[in-house]
Amino acid sequence: MSDLLSISDLSITFDNGPRVVDGLSFSIDKGQTLALVGESGSGKSVSALSILRLLDERHAAYPAGHILYKGEDLLQAPEKRLRQIRGRHISMIFQEPMTSLNPLHTVEKQISETLELHKGMRGPQARRRCLELLELVGIPAPETRLTSYPHQLSGGQKQRVMIAMALANEPDLLIADEPTTALDVTVQKQVLELLKSLQQKLGMAVLLITHDLSIVRRYADYVVVMERGKMVEQGATEALFRSPSHAYTRKLIDAEPPEHPLPATSGTETLMTVNNVNVHFPIRKTLLGKVKESFHAVQDASFELRAGETLGIVGESGSGKTTLGHALLKLTPSTGQFSLCGTELSALSQKAFRPWRRRVQIVFQDPFGSLSPRMSVEEIIREGLEIHEPGSSGQHEARVIQALKDVGLDPDARHRYPHEFSGGQRQRIAIARALVLQPDLMILDEPTSALDRTVQKQVIELLREIQARYRLSYIFISHDLAVVRALSHKLLVLRQGRIVEYGDAEAIFREPQQPYTRELLNAAFFYQSTTN
Amino acid sequence: MATLSPIQRRRLNNFTANRRGFWSLWIFLVLFGLSLCAELIANDKPLVVSYNGDWYFPVIQQVPEETFGGFLPTEADYRDDFIASEIQSNGWMLWPPIRFSYNTINYELTVPSPAPPSAENWLGTDDQGRDVAARVIYGFRISVLFGLTLTIASSIVGVAVGALQGYYGGKIDLFGQRFIEIWSGLPMLYLLIILSSIVQPNFWWLLGIMLLFSWMGLVDVVRAEFLRARNFEYVKAARALGLDNRRIMFRHILPNAMVATLTFMPFILTGAITGLTSLDFLGFGLPSGSPSLGELIAQGKANLHAPWLGISAFVSLAVMLTLLVFVGEAVRDAFDPRKN
Repeated sequence: MSDLLSISDLSITFDNGPRVVDGLSFSIDKGQTLALVGESGSGKSVSALSILRLLDERHAAYPAGHILYKGEDLLQAPEKRLRQIRGRHISMIFQEPMTSLNPLHTVEKQISETLELHKGMRGPQARRRCLELLELVGIPAPETRLTSYPHQLSGGQKQRVMIAMALANEPDLLIADEPTTALDVTVQKQVLELLKSLQQKLGMAVLLITHDLSIVRRYADYVVVMERGKMVEQGATEALFRSPSHAYTRKLIDAEPPEHPLPATSGTETLMTVNNVNVHFPIRKTLLGKVKESFHAVQDASFELRAGETLGIVGESGSGKTTLGHALLKLTPSTGQFSLCGTELSALSQKAFRPWRRRVQIVFQDPFGSLSPRMSVEEIIREGLEIHEPGSSGQHEARVIQALKDVGLDPDARHRYPHEFSGGQRQRIAIARALVLQPDLMILDEPTSALDRTVQKQVIELLREIQARYRLSYIFISHDLAVVRALSHKLLVLRQGRIVEYGDAEAIFREPQQPYTRELLNAAFFYQSTTN
Repeated sequence: MATLSPIQRRRLNNFTANRRGFWSLWIFLVLFGLSLCAELIANDKPLVVSYNGDWYFPVIQQVPEETFGGFLPTEADYRDDFIASEIQSNGWMLWPPIRFSYNTINYELTVPSPAPPSAENWLGTDDQGRDVAARVIYGFRISVLFGLTLTIASSIVGVAVGALQGYYGGKIDLFGQRFIEIWSGLPMLYLLIILSSIVQPNFWWLLGIMLLFSWMGLVDVVRAEFLRARNFEYVKAARALGLDNRRIMFRHILPNAMVATLTFMPFILTGAITGLTSLDFLGFGLPSGSPSLGELIAQGKANLHAPWLGISAFVSLAVMLTLLVFVGEAVRDAFDPRKN
C-alpha cells in the first residue's frame, strides 16, 4: 500500500435520508495534489469532513465504505485515535477565514494550541515554532503579529494564519476546503502559490476542494469530479481537461464565460453622465453630531454611459465599487453630479427621486438576501408596478408573467415563496423584478458571485440576451474579471475609492495601462495563460 | 374559501396542521361564545315568561312587579316565591340552566355560606352566597375581553413605537430607548393603588392604566427586528424600486417582526389576564361585586375549608391560559414560510 489515503465506496447519509455521497472512491499518494471538484451540493465538502469524521454523528451515518489512512480504517477508529490524527497527521483549512479563527485569542495562542496538544511544546519553544511558521507562510514582521487578534488581520493574512495552524505539526495530508473562495483575486493567487511551494518544501499531500476549474488545472495532479454525491469521473488533470469523457465534466469545463460581450446596439445617445461623485462615511462624530473623521469611500468618480452599453466596474473588496453603485441610486448619500437622459438627479430629494427609480433598477449579489422571504414571487415582482403604474390587477399579472418568461422561469411558479427556488432561479426572480418596470439602466451588483460556474454562465447568457432585446444599459459591478469581460463594453477599475483606469473594455483587457490593472488581470487570468 | 389566495390557503393549512392548536381554537371559541351569552346561561331572570297570554322577555326588557300582580313599580324579582307562584298559576316561565346571575345572593341556602356544590349551586357558593358557576362564566368573559382589548391596544402601540425607533434609528431611537427605560421604572402597582383611592377604577380605567405600561413589552423585539432588517438587501431593493418609507415598513419589515410579535402575543394576552386577576386578588382591580376570577381566588384563600372556590378559579384560569398558548403556537406555525 503506497497510498497515503485511500477511500473506497464511501457513502454518507443524514438522518437515514437519501445518500448525499454514494460510492465515492479515490486515493491520494504522498506528495500528490488531488482536487475534488463539483458544484455546490455535490457532496464534496461533506466527503472532506468525513475523512476526519468531523460530521455531526448524531445525524450523519456511513452505511458503507472505508477510509484508509496508511492502512488504518478511520471509519472504525475510536474518537481518541481520531483526535491524535486530527491536526497532527491530517489537518484542514476552511473556506471562511473570517469565522475559522477564534476572535478572542491572539495569533500566537491559536497556533501554539495545536503544538501543545500534539507535541507538548510550551513557552519559548512554542513561540519560536510559531515565528517559524508565520515566516513560512509569508506574514511580514511576524514578531509583531504574534500578539495580534484576528480582527487586526486582513482576509489574506487570516487565511495564512489558518495555513500556519494547519502546518504546525507537519501533517502528511492537508485538506483545503475552498481555501481561496472568500479572497480577492490577487490574494487568491498569493495563497495558492504559497500552498504549492509549501507542499513542495514539506512533501505533503493536498486534498483541494474547489468549484473553480482554473485553479484545479494549474495546481492539481489528479482530479475527481462529483455530481450530486456520485463520482462521475476521475483522472490525471491534463488528460481529463484535454478529453473529458463524462458529459457533466464537459459541462463544467465549458462553463467558462464567453470572452467578449455582444456588440452594443449602435446608438450614440448618452444615457448617464457622472461627474465627480464623492462618498464619505463618517467614522467619528463630535458630541453635537459634527463629523470629526470620515472615510473617503469613493473619490471623484466620473464616467459616461451610453444607451444599450455595459460599463464594468471592477476592483477588490473595499474598493468602493458597491458604494458607487448605491450612490447612483441614492441609497447612499453622495456629493457631485449625475444625470440621466440630461436630467440632473443628484440634486433631487429622495421624494422627488422616487418616480425616477423605475428607470434605474438594481440587482443585488446575494440572491438569498435580496428577496423578501415572506412575499410570493408574484408579490415581489408586481410591487414596483403597483407604485409606478397603478392599473388593474389583471394587467399587472400579465406583466409579471411576461417578466418571468423573459428571465426563463415558468410563470406558474409565481405563487411560490423564494425559498423554494435555487440560487440561480432566485437571481432570475431578482432580475425579473427589475425588468418588469422596463428600466433604462440596471445596476448589477455582483449578480453572479454567489452562483456556481454553470449557473453563472446561464445568468450571463440571460443578461446578454435581455440587453440585446430591450436595449438596456448595465452597470456591472464585479470582482470576477472573467464575468466582467463577457459583458462589458467599457471598463472602470477602482482601487481604494479612486478610478485607476477607465476606457474601452477591449483595449484595457488587451493592453492595461496602469500597473495595478496589469496586476489584477494577471492574477485573474494567469491560471489560463499558464496552461493554454 | 374560493377567494383565498394560494398563500392564505397555505397559511390556513399550516394552522390546521397543528391539531392541538386547531382544536384549542375551537374549544376556546365555543367557550368564549358561550360566555358572551352569559346572560342566557346564568341569570336570575327567566328567559321567557308567559303570563295571562302575554309574552315577556325579562332578560332584555324590564318588567315591573305590578304586571305580575305585585305592588311595586320596580322590576320584578322572579326568584321571589310570591311572584313565581303568581306566574306559574297564570302561565309559565322558562329559566336559564343556572338560575343565578353573578351578583345574585342565594338566600335559601340551608348551610352557612360558602356552601358546597349541590344540585342548585353546581360549583357551590362563595362566602357571600353567590353562585360560583355563574361567577366563573361572567369572570371568564370579562377576563378574556379585558385581555384581548389590552393585547390589541398594547400591540398596536408597541409595534408602532418599535418600528419607528428601529427604522429611523439615530436620535429617535436614542431618546425613545431612554424614555422607555425611565417609564418602565415607574411602579405600576403603586400608581394603581394611588389611583384607586382617587377614582373607583372600572374596566376602562384599569385598561388605560395597564396599557400605559404594557406596550413596552413588544418594543424591544420589534425594534431589534427593524434595526436588523433595515439593512437587508431586499429592503434596499424595495427602496430602489421607489417604495416610500411607510410601505417599506409595513410590507417588507413588519412581516419579519410579525413572527416575533405573534409569538409574543399569547404571552401578552395571558399576562394581561393574570395581571387583571392579580389586581383583583389584591383588591385593587374591578369594583367590588364584579365577577372576577381574581376575587374568587382571594375568596378561596380566605376560605381554605371551601376548596371548591380555589379549585374552580384555578381550573378556569388554567384551561383558559393553556388554550390561548396552544392557539398562539398554531398561529406562529401558520406564518412560518419555511413550513410546508
